[in-house]
Amino acid sequence: MSRRLLPSGDAALLVECDSLDEVLALHDALEAALRQAQGPEGIVELVPAARTILVAIDPAVIPLESAATWVRRIPAEAGSRTAGANAAPVTIPVAYDGDDLAATAALLAISTEALVARHVEAEWRVAFVGFAPGFGYLVSDDWPFEVPRLGAPRTRVPPGAVALAGAFGGVYPRPSPGGWRLIGRTSADLWNPEADPPALLAPGRRVRFEAVDAG
Amino acid sequence: MTRLVVEQPGTLALVEDLGRPGFARLGVAASGALDRGALALANRLVGNPDGAAALELLVGGFRARFEGEAWFAVTGAWGGISLDGRPIAPYSAARARDGSVLEVRVAERGIRYLLAVRGGLDVPAVLGSRSRDTLAGIGPEPVRSGDVLEVGPEPAASVPVVDVDVAFPPPAGAVTLSLRPGPRVDWFTDAARRALFETEWRLSEQADRIGARLVGPALERHRDGELESEATVPGSIQVAGGGQPTILLADRPVTGGYPVIAIVAPGSLDAVAQLRPGQAVRFRHA
Repeated sequence: MSRRLLPSGDAALLVECDSLDEVLALHDALEAALRQAQGPEGIVELVPAARTILVAIDPAVIPLESAATWVRRIPAEAGSRTAGANAAPVTIPVAYDGDDLAATAALLAISTEALVARHVEAEWRVAFVGFAPGFGYLVSDDWPFEVPRLGAPRTRVPPGAVALAGAFGGVYPRPSPGGWRLIGRTSADLWNPEADPPALLAPGRRVRFEAVDAG
Repeated sequence: MTRLVVEQPGTLALVEDLGRPGFARLGVAASGALDRGALALANRLVGNPDGAAALELLVGGFRARFEGEAWFAVTGAWGGISLDGRPIAPYSAARARDGSVLEVRVAERGIRYLLAVRGGLDVPAVLGSRSRDTLAGIGPEPVRSGDVLEVGPEPAASVPVVDVDVAFPPPAGAVTLSLRPGPRVDWFTDAARRALFETEWRLSEQADRIGARLVGPALERHRDGELESEATVPGSIQVAGGGQPTILLADRPVTGGYPVIAIVAPGSLDAVAQLRPGQAVRFRHA
């Protein structure tokens, strides 16, 4: 796999990979090294995205060049992901009664029952967080579908809406506008600043959905 | 306990400290005072730790009454400050008596005042910070008329003796900011990269804690296609589809989908916080 190190100011590096799969593998490898105290001092945070990982550092503790060397040398093979502290999946109960459920199944040319079954059977993981605090972009090797976004985004998506867009799954942590297709809703608390961690879905976290009766 | 009763918040009054770094991976920017140097200075003038929570006053037009005695200092923007109608020197500590009324008038230089009170503003912290993040909606709500802000206990450090002559206002003319290369500088034409440094830019009216948009020539790309969203740092200059650059600031979205051509060096970021719409901006290589 290739990774390119791009400049991002005095206190960060932007590592670019060829695919999301490589991002996931590299993120797991970097995080595992930090967790096992095999990484250098002064690495503040890893911020993954679709093709990149921002490695934020404290320049008073570690020079950028040293952080770059560490990132270059970390072995990581796409597909060989490290099971870590987040190995136990979080289970999110879902009432599959979203406004777009039937239309989304029709778009994918499957029944609504089949769509729900695939969503429940898939083992997901949080690839990265974006758009809003605690909004995890979920990916799964068991999920083959590409779901087009809504032509016109909703001005208000309710909190707990379980949604699909592109190759991603997601859950809206709080009310916001949104263009993802809504297939269900959950009572799970996705974002709670009082909790540690405040986001239920942090990068690397494994996720499973469980169908529950609409209440 | 000393309290600050806000009678008139002015354009926008926000509680800010040095922010909450370390939550970008969960979708939360660090936020915090835009002019971090001014926050630290205001706090030091009254013996507080650098990161004590203070008020960031946009433009001014602020009035508040002290309940109880307190030392306070106003830094950052430069304008008329008075206590019970008597002028107060900017960038200096002053003592308010019980019932004293503090007025901070419309700024003549710069645009964001920092008002620190000895003891710091004692509002609830969210994720370890008392900063208002205007994009994420995290932290204390914007201050409204009638709000009562509790002041924390006095710090151990005394109020230092400072010569007021060391104070200097933010510049009124062109401001030069140092830039480092951005991760996507290779997306832009040679002409665009030259124009970035050769243009006298102007701050647009679209400037807030999320980002400061600049007016000038369009910065053209030599490659098409969409950029997958990626994490940005404070000071990242992203260039939208129309070619207009925006300096991303403390409350920016954690990831952005526009290419970042350059990054304002940390030492120049505070100056961005004090730019006024229409003010001239130049860039140089850091």
